[in-house]
Amino acid sequence: MHNLDALKSEILASFEAAVDIPALEAARVAALGKKGRLTALMKGLGELGPEERKATGQALNRIKGELTDALDARRNALAGSVLDARLTSEMIDVTLPIRPETEGRVHPISQVLDEMAAIFGDMGFTVIEGPDIEDDFHNFTALNIPPEHPARQMHDTFYFPEREDGSRLLLRTHTSPVQIRTMKAGGPPYRIVAPGRTYRCDYDITHTPMFHQIEGLVVDEHTHMGHLKGCLIDFAKTFFELPDLPVRFRPSYFPFTEPSAEMDIGCERKDGVLFIGKGADWMEILGCGMVNPRVLEMAGVDPKRYQGFAFGLGVERSAMLKYGIPDLRTFYDADARWLSHYGFSAGDVPSLVGGLTQ
Amino acid sequence: MKFTLSWLREYLETNVSVDALSECMTAIGLEVESVVDPAKILAPFTIAYVIEAVQHPNADKLRVCTVDTGDGTVQVVCGAPNARTGMKGVFATIGTTIPGTGVKLKSTKIRGVASNGMLCSEREMGISEDHEGIIDLPEDAPVGEPFASYIGIDDPLFDIAITPNRADCLGVYGIARDLAAASVGTLKELDLSPIPGTFKSPLDVRFDFKPHSADACPLFVGRYIKGVKNGPSPKWMQDRLLSVGLRPISALVDMTNFLTIDLNRPVHVFDADKIEGNHLWLKTGCAGAKFLALNGKEYVLDGEMTTIGDANGVLSLAGVMGGESSGCTEETVNVFIEIALFDPVRTAATGRKLNLDSDARHRFERGVDPAFAKPGIEAATRLVQEMCGGEASELVVTGQAPDWKREIAFRPSRLLSLGGVDIGELDCKTILTKLGFNSHEITSDHLTVLPPSWRGDIVGEPDIVEELLRIHGFDNIPAVSLPPVAIRTNSAIELAPRRMSWARRALAARGMSEAVTWSFMSAAHASHFGGVADSLILANPISSDLDVMRPSILPNLALACLRNTDRGYPNVALFEAGPQYSSDGADGQHRIVAGMRAGQAVGRNLYSAARNVDAFDVKADALAALKATGAPVTSLQIKSEAAVWYHPGRSGTLSLGPNLLGQFGELHPGVLTALNIDFPLAAFEIFIDAIPLPKKKAGHTRPAMKTSDFPVVERDFAFIVDADLPAEKLVRSAQGADKTLITNVSVFDLYDGEGVGDDKKSLAIAVRLEPRDRTLTDAEIDAVAQKLVDNVKKVTGGELRG
Repeated sequence: MHNLDALKSEILASFEAAVDIPALEAARVAALGKKGRLTALMKGLGELGPEERKATGQALNRIKGELTDALDARRNALAGSVLDARLTSEMIDVTLPIRPETEGRVHPISQVLDEMAAIFGDMGFTVIEGPDIEDDFHNFTALNIPPEHPARQMHDTFYFPEREDGSRLLLRTHTSPVQIRTMKAGGPPYRIVAPGRTYRCDYDITHTPMFHQIEGLVVDEHTHMGHLKGCLIDFAKTFFELPDLPVRFRPSYFPFTEPSAEMDIGCERKDGVLFIGKGADWMEILGCGMVNPRVLEMAGVDPKRYQGFAFGLGVERSAMLKYGIPDLRTFYDADARWLSHYGFSAGDVPSLVGGLTQ
Repeated sequence: MKFTLSWLREYLETNVSVDALSECMTAIGLEVESVVDPAKILAPFTIAYVIEAVQHPNADKLRVCTVDTGDGTVQVVCGAPNARTGMKGVFATIGTTIPGTGVKLKSTKIRGVASNGMLCSEREMGISEDHEGIIDLPEDAPVGEPFASYIGIDDPLFDIAITPNRADCLGVYGIARDLAAASVGTLKELDLSPIPGTFKSPLDVRFDFKPHSADACPLFVGRYIKGVKNGPSPKWMQDRLLSVGLRPISALVDMTNFLTIDLNRPVHVFDADKIEGNHLWLKTGCAGAKFLALNGKEYVLDGEMTTIGDANGVLSLAGVMGGESSGCTEETVNVFIEIALFDPVRTAATGRKLNLDSDARHRFERGVDPAFAKPGIEAATRLVQEMCGGEASELVVTGQAPDWKREIAFRPSRLLSLGGVDIGELDCKTILTKLGFNSHEITSDHLTVLPPSWRGDIVGEPDIVEELLRIHGFDNIPAVSLPPVAIRTNSAIELAPRRMSWARRALAARGMSEAVTWSFMSAAHASHFGGVADSLILANPISSDLDVMRPSILPNLALACLRNTDRGYPNVALFEAGPQYSSDGADGQHRIVAGMRAGQAVGRNLYSAARNVDAFDVKADALAALKATGAPVTSLQIKSEAAVWYHPGRSGTLSLGPNLLGQFGELHPGVLTALNIDFPLAAFEIFIDAIPLPKKKAGHTRPAMKTSDFPVVERDFAFIVDADLPAEKLVRSAQGADKTLITNVSVFDLYDGEGVGDDKKSLAIAVRLEPRDRTLTDAEIDAVAQKLVDNVKKVTGGELRG
């Protein structure tokens, strides 16, 4: 028995001495393999007497069990350190940059138009488009702007060459011609907004030869000036996301509306920065009014039966006010830095339910 | 329109505050653009008495003053040479912001002596440039009183914007009348009583109009005044003009400027001794005549302009500006006053053509009160006689005022049904009366309203509603949200703009940024992109580089890429979703989504080689944008037939049969040279209007999904084909071998080097077989493979590479 203990210690030592899995396997074969030392002893059991065979057999089995456990433990230990070594060798510098990619942006004009469509769409408006190249009738005459009106002169309106019949096409100076096109295309009621490009022959710090407007028209048998106020106040509060936004309506003048008004929203200037909301100042945001009966008549709608309101809103100006964009001219420059700074991400789709602004 | 509070008070008896007046003006449609109220700015400055001024112990030029402010005694260190014991000056206490310097006063020590306020100079007060010393007031100046009111510089100046319809408010009296109607004061009566003439005017006036211009001047009222003495106008008149920024010249000239602003009545005074002959004529048809105006400039007239002249020629441009030759001077003794009605359209046209603006033109082109010619000349006569003496002739009246009276039927019920607010009938009548309207009842729900002569803008019932609403106050109209409409079962937006929107967000998600560029461009740039029809060249472009409507968005994007490159951002990816134009017809405007990538598609990096943009970058963009719009991209045919601005060998079209949906590719090197661009550019254009409409009956139900759990087989093949064979043709022929079993064919290698022969290339494809109902046997797979090889050979002539 003394010899068995010594053998066990030797074998255990040989397991411990193994530095990797193949060395451990060799030690296992040397001890427990077909020709291993312990295997040899087990094979020799048959030559012993019954009593001795039983005792030695039990002892050998116990030692074999202990050795097998020790072998598994040593194997697991060696496998663990192999994985550790592999993990160490596979380490990378995670502070290195990602593969190059660029983030695309949606232009603030598109974003604000999407916001406006979401708001007016919710109020039951349909979005309509009209052509940029217009004729005198739709842009002026039908809107009760007489031929001698200054807006018709060269200095405000872009004209195309005179045609054989003496008429000249022009670039629409406002989105209001879409009112006329809508009314001529079918009967009332109307509840439409018309966004689009508009053009005026003017270029300075606050004017560009092209800009965007959104036109609104509501005509039915009952819409009155209280609705005009309600609709536009609802719009302004939703657009600027300010439930307490102060608003006021001032009498104004447009040939195509009567009565006419301009709508101001409250604001405050602090250290050269404009804040929309409660404050000492007012900022004009749109022109509006009850559709002039002459306009209805010229568009073929019976002014004795139908009435309603119209409004026109500057898209760039709204974007500038809401998002604090300082310079109108930068909208059309396609400066990558500007688009990155003032633009919107592709997934930022305005919705009244999901939120107008991220 | 500028005027001061004291001027307004000449006609409006009121005691409401400046702020309340401003608010009221804006509320009734006379938008206040600014109010400068010196009393407010100078409120902290009061009159103080210097009890004692002694030498500062530590500074030669400073004095220590003990000041009685009327509210106690304070010590002030003062550097002014004129600070002395017993003087009265202007004191500002701690916390006051000094207008001239913007500095806020603090309690401080100056060279060791406490100073608690300031004795001010005129420059520090912001009222003049004088900084010789502190303000030195008379002995009797009341200590503790506001300085501004003591010296009378507390007159607030209003600047208001007058809308084109409110010609009646281009005079102080008209503004007072509107404010009186809004119940912030009482309108004072004007003295317009006739001044009897004592002799017959030696000058008369003749109209020499041709029939087509007979309406150029319906009425001319003149008066001769003899024996006047011109010179500087009195102080009150000079103060009035100065207060609104006008320079006093002489009593006679000042009278004309004053009357224009005061009563909104343009008036002209001729030096009668400079008029040749004994009558003035008015006519058009002076084409080519030269005219030296009072502004010192010479103008060449055309035949449409209304002119006034004498035996020697043109003296005055009617309604716009008088002439130098008959102007009044210090030596003027006899004058002829002109008050006339000039046609608004002709006056505007004359001023516009000559680029000549004046206060008179501004009023005539908006329309002056047709009934105020005779009252106007009485007011003018009164002012001339008051300032210059002289004897007035009888009036010279030529022509007659047009009939301006009209009746408008008005239903008070329209206030509620159109205006959204109920105003009592009594209030309506009161407002209308105060505004100068006459009204009488026809039936119980029907009034007849007669607008006054000065309201040419009132022509219909809605105008009356507006008058009542604006005086009642737009703010008093209750706001009502729009009633909801029936539930919507389709989009509020038409399909085409929605498709633009889908493409826009798909491209932004691909890393491209959206640009919005001008709808115009230069004809030179346009010429490289198909050019423009003559009908799309602007007659009056804003500049020569924006003179035609764009036939393509690409030149604008190319120039944007160039600008970004010049700013140090060469690798940009831009797109625009907007219009381009092919004609001025109804179908000449097209919805386009165009994109452009510049410079490097992949920049220098750790992981892969850098490379320039190429046709495949933009092919991917175009396909993604088209897919986002709902176009059937898998059915698209790709051909090498893109427009001439693309590189002919590196571009393609995307079409469905004859219907061109888009094109893409690298830009033509010649076009790049023409645009002065020396970096790579690849671009695409997709034509939103050409995308077919979705089939309506398909609805939203998707076809049933079919998948299979049997093993998928992938086989690779390489074919030797002609070098010019489009890969697409090989792919389609491979797919055609078994349309159900073969679910995908993808090209993964292209080789045209050694071993494949001249004019040949090797294309390798991976073919995916997805069986539906069983596991494929080797024999079945081989059979499909053989069929594929045969089909490729038949269609393309390609041989399996050994």
